[in-house]
Amino acid sequence: MSDTPEHAGPAGPDASDAGVPDPLDAASVAAAVDAALADIAAAGDLDGLKAARIAHTGEKSPLSLANRGIGALPKEQKSAAGKNIGPARGRINQALAARATELEAERDARILVEEAVDVTAAPRRRRTGARHPLSTLQERVSDVFIGMGWEIAEGPELESEWFNFDALNFKPDHPAREMQDTFFVEPPEAHLVLRTHTSPVQVRSMLERELPIYVLCPGKVFRTDELDATHTPVFHQFEGLAIDRGLTMADLVGTLEHFTQQLFGDDARVRLRPNFFPFTEPSAELDIWHPGAKGGPRWIEWGGCGMVNPNVLRATGIDPDVYSGFAFGMGIERALMFRNEVVDMRDMIEGDVRFSEHFGMEI
Amino acid sequence: MRVPLSWLREYAAVPADATAEDVMAELVKVGLEEEDVHRPTDELTGPIVVGQVLSLVKEPQSNGKTINWCQVRVVPEGAGQALTGDGIDPSGVQGIVCGAHNFVEGDKVVVTLPGAVLPGDFRISPRKTYGHVSAGMIASVRELGIGEDHDGILVLSTLGLDPEVGTDAMELLGLYDEAAEINVTPDRGYCFSIRGVAREYAHATGTAFTDPAAAVVVPPGTGEGYPVRLEDSAPVYGVPGCDRFVARTVRGIDPTRPTPPWLSARLRLAGIRSISLVVDISNYVMLELGQPLHFYDLDALSGEIVVRRATAGETLRTLDDKVRTLDAADLLVTDASGPIGIAGVMGGAATEVTDGTRNVLIESAHFDAVSIGRSRRRHKLPSEASKRFERGVDWHVADIAAQRAVELLLDLAGGTVDDAVTDAGQAPEPRVIELAADFPARLIGRPFDDGEITGTLTDLGAAVERIDGGYRVTAPSWRSDLETREDLTEEIIRLLGYDTIPSSLPVAPPGRGLTRVQQQRRRLLNALAAAGLTEVLSYPFVSARSNDVFGAPEEGMGAPSVKLANPLSAELKFLRRSILPGLAELARRNHSRGFRDLALFEAGAVFLPGDPLGTDSIPPLGIKPDDAVLDALYAGIPDQPQTVAGLFTGHEAAPSAGVAPRAWDWADAVDAVHLMAQVTGVDVVVRQGSHQAFHPGRTAEFSLRSGERLGYAGELHPKLIAAEDLPARTVAFEIDVDLLFDAAADVIVARPLSTYPAATQDVALVVDAAVVAGDVLEALREGAGELLEDVSLFDVYTGPGIGEGSKSLAFALRFRAPDRTLTADEASAARDSAVAGAAERFGAVQR
Repeated sequence: MSDTPEHAGPAGPDASDAGVPDPLDAASVAAAVDAALADIAAAGDLDGLKAARIAHTGEKSPLSLANRGIGALPKEQKSAAGKNIGPARGRINQALAARATELEAERDARILVEEAVDVTAAPRRRRTGARHPLSTLQERVSDVFIGMGWEIAEGPELESEWFNFDALNFKPDHPAREMQDTFFVEPPEAHLVLRTHTSPVQVRSMLERELPIYVLCPGKVFRTDELDATHTPVFHQFEGLAIDRGLTMADLVGTLEHFTQQLFGDDARVRLRPNFFPFTEPSAELDIWHPGAKGGPRWIEWGGCGMVNPNVLRATGIDPDVYSGFAFGMGIERALMFRNEVVDMRDMIEGDVRFSEHFGMEI
Repeated sequence: MRVPLSWLREYAAVPADATAEDVMAELVKVGLEEEDVHRPTDELTGPIVVGQVLSLVKEPQSNGKTINWCQVRVVPEGAGQALTGDGIDPSGVQGIVCGAHNFVEGDKVVVTLPGAVLPGDFRISPRKTYGHVSAGMIASVRELGIGEDHDGILVLSTLGLDPEVGTDAMELLGLYDEAAEINVTPDRGYCFSIRGVAREYAHATGTAFTDPAAAVVVPPGTGEGYPVRLEDSAPVYGVPGCDRFVARTVRGIDPTRPTPPWLSARLRLAGIRSISLVVDISNYVMLELGQPLHFYDLDALSGEIVVRRATAGETLRTLDDKVRTLDAADLLVTDASGPIGIAGVMGGAATEVTDGTRNVLIESAHFDAVSIGRSRRRHKLPSEASKRFERGVDWHVADIAAQRAVELLLDLAGGTVDDAVTDAGQAPEPRVIELAADFPARLIGRPFDDGEITGTLTDLGAAVERIDGGYRVTAPSWRSDLETREDLTEEIIRLLGYDTIPSSLPVAPPGRGLTRVQQQRRRLLNALAAAGLTEVLSYPFVSARSNDVFGAPEEGMGAPSVKLANPLSAELKFLRRSILPGLAELARRNHSRGFRDLALFEAGAVFLPGDPLGTDSIPPLGIKPDDAVLDALYAGIPDQPQTVAGLFTGHEAAPSAGVAPRAWDWADAVDAVHLMAQVTGVDVVVRQGSHQAFHPGRTAEFSLRSGERLGYAGELHPKLIAAEDLPARTVAFEIDVDLLFDAAADVIVARPLSTYPAATQDVALVVDAAVVAGDVLEALREGAGELLEDVSLFDVYTGPGIGEGSKSLAFALRFRAPDRTLTADEASAARDSAVAGAAERFGAVQR
């Protein structure tokens, strides 16, 4: 027997050459069945099986011809002949179906093997974009406060001096006003500045919102610093402001603790050191204990905070005898430096796509 | 403020072994932040001793120089050399080659012996030079790191010193001392003095404080002192420019005497250069007590001293030898000759103390902080004196400081002091603050007992009187910053320690989450990033040209921009009207780093000044302005719409296996804007646009249905691309997202979905080549009627079969009825109606 089913002996005209079995002769019918089963078993693929099907069940196959011959038999012999031929054809059809299932499974498996690809060589179809990590971190910080029931307040970057300074209790001639390294707009008589902090948004919040107020003010701020590894003239802050009845400095500490633990883990702590800001009294410098700091846990200076100066409340029409409040402000660039180990400030602002793309949409 | 520890120890209980770091660790607790350490021994190690030049032989050299071959005794005569080591001569006499010539045999000098290390890691060892072994060096002040003078070596007699040979010269010159540098916040002017820092050190450590002011006894003046009159025609904020002027006269001094090393060493550690004995004394007293002084040559003065405002046009040659034109608001010290000093800022050259001065007048005055600050800014003359006056000087220390200066002068420069003392002026009323007993607890959130409150305030130097329900506190004269109950509360908790503040978490009322616009912005920016664009942040500082080119078109060239008065760069002195110049800059930077396939975007404000710009005046602090004033403030602030811009250069992706990279083109920019519209759910209109920054034939203008323009997208103008050094075919977009967010529906109403089959009909329409597809599509949409579910352009064809100057646009129309299966006739009728609409408006002919 050849291994090539296409040319297998029993298929094709040979089968009919074997002669048409006598429908009344069980032995000759059985021989035809045996021949058919042998051919079916020998079919190596679906084409070979198709040839076997035609040879053994086609119109000119021995059993079809024998079946057709039943009609010519005497009436009393028809039943016996039918009992010979019918089951025989049934056995062949069953064998065909079974073999077909086997061969289809083999073919399917082979195709899947043939269709294998090198998945490691997949081309990138969709370009990968990214958010800037300063934006992502700002959103993440905002979400912590949103979770505490606070709201996010925003305001213009180019501001009136009053919102940036006077309303915040910066006296016109006080040295603190000069320490802000302010960008002024021409003409100076217009009293417009690029905001040096997001505190003017706090002022706007106090003027425009209903009491009590719990807002976070993230955004871009400006100082006349030349760009270097640790300074940039344009940077980002977030400031928080809470004005309510009976708020204390302990509430400030608790809020900062809760927030830093969200961002730096349960082991994070805060420490306040005395400092001076015109807009808060008492004022404090804020250090955080950063458990995940590079080189081991340590205290890191992060920002300023304090109890809102009553003059700030008065400037916005809030009675300091009824309400008190606290405020805090931190730098986002600085947070990115110590949280995500960015060593050089310039990497954040030079727009090198590698910087943003390394972070993707996360922080 | 730099604080020499030896000085601080005179008035505070600083342990003998405490370092500058230890002192700073204490001071930071009370709010004086550490800045730096200044410690000569970090760079300088001995043996450095006093030597006496026994012999000096001048030896001319072939290079034209003459060197001195010196024998220098470095141990007392008769004593043995206790030191050992390479190059140390057991005889106690070192052979040293010296190139300087300003000394003679017998002079006492500073010898750095072998083994010593000088600043700059200069290690002293015996070395062969000029035919001798030179075992050590005779040092100059510059080599010791204690001065700039390099003309010769330090001859100790010039400092008025005649120490025993072998004395430790580092001790002699104060080089074992060190200074802690701390940052003084602007409210704490009194900490610009050893007196103030010593007090704070005592607060921080709970140890004793000795007030240096208390150690000075001011004798009661007798007779008439130098005549001084205080007048002020234009007080600032109602505060007189000068409310105290103490003057003392010392006669017969020798101003050429050297400043003793102990004094110059402290000044040097404090960061102040030694100038001359008189100036050094003036600075020393200022550092010790916080009171700036000025010394006049008494014989150069003429007539009564009057402190007054300047008159316009007056001039003064100041100590730095510059002639300054004075402003009418400048506070001056004058005599009969005219101005002799800008009060508290800088003295005049004509009355300066010189080497020839024999008689001096000491000025110890109290000037108004604001007035001094304004003059300092006006004349750009920052000084140690103005720094202190601007932050507040203790009114009560003026006569004490003058007395201290007198004593130092008599001691170091000789002379005699006049018995007469001038002390003009009137003490200000002490500031009295009432503090309710429960107020500190209410503000801080922890209890305070009576002892804590009175104890801390008394420690500060305040007088505390118990009154009903609280305290009446008289602030110390040196604490001009203490004005309110909050200020006192800060002092109480500062001295008790901020670490005693407990922690509690206040519960905010239920919040409303992010605002709709905040959410929209996040979605939009995230969508751009997900679509392959990379967010960057550029600076908003641009040139006038950038604003002209990239600004919105109808304003054209010269549209108003916000100009900075003090830009960092002379070229980039405007605030951006467009984000694109910044993106172009960042694209160039990426190109230079090898990244040419870019899709950048940035979200930020642009600045569109209008009228009015700002306000002429600003309201005062501490009072809520009335509504009209507030409205004017709001109205004066330029429009700053939030804008999103993008810039694409090169290809969509880097080449990868089996994929040819696709170059970005105008359609990518247009598509990005469509994406933004889709993300925000806003229906936008796009049409052929015109903008000077864009290719005239490849500019899409986007607007809202209402007609408001959102911005532009397309290919940048080839000339601009060349001028901006960008790759050919750079494409960009810029959209006002404030408008986009505002146009978004608050509620998007669902459309019922018909489940009946759709009938699709394709039509090919021939139109004039100038007709744009978007308009035809719109005409089809309008003509088709309600059965049209969707229409899209799927082919554009020009060529054989289409007339010259025409094009064929192929559209797929999908019809569907909400309530039935459409018949072929119905669909065809709707299609014909759509085509008729296009035919009517654009002469479209169906192929």
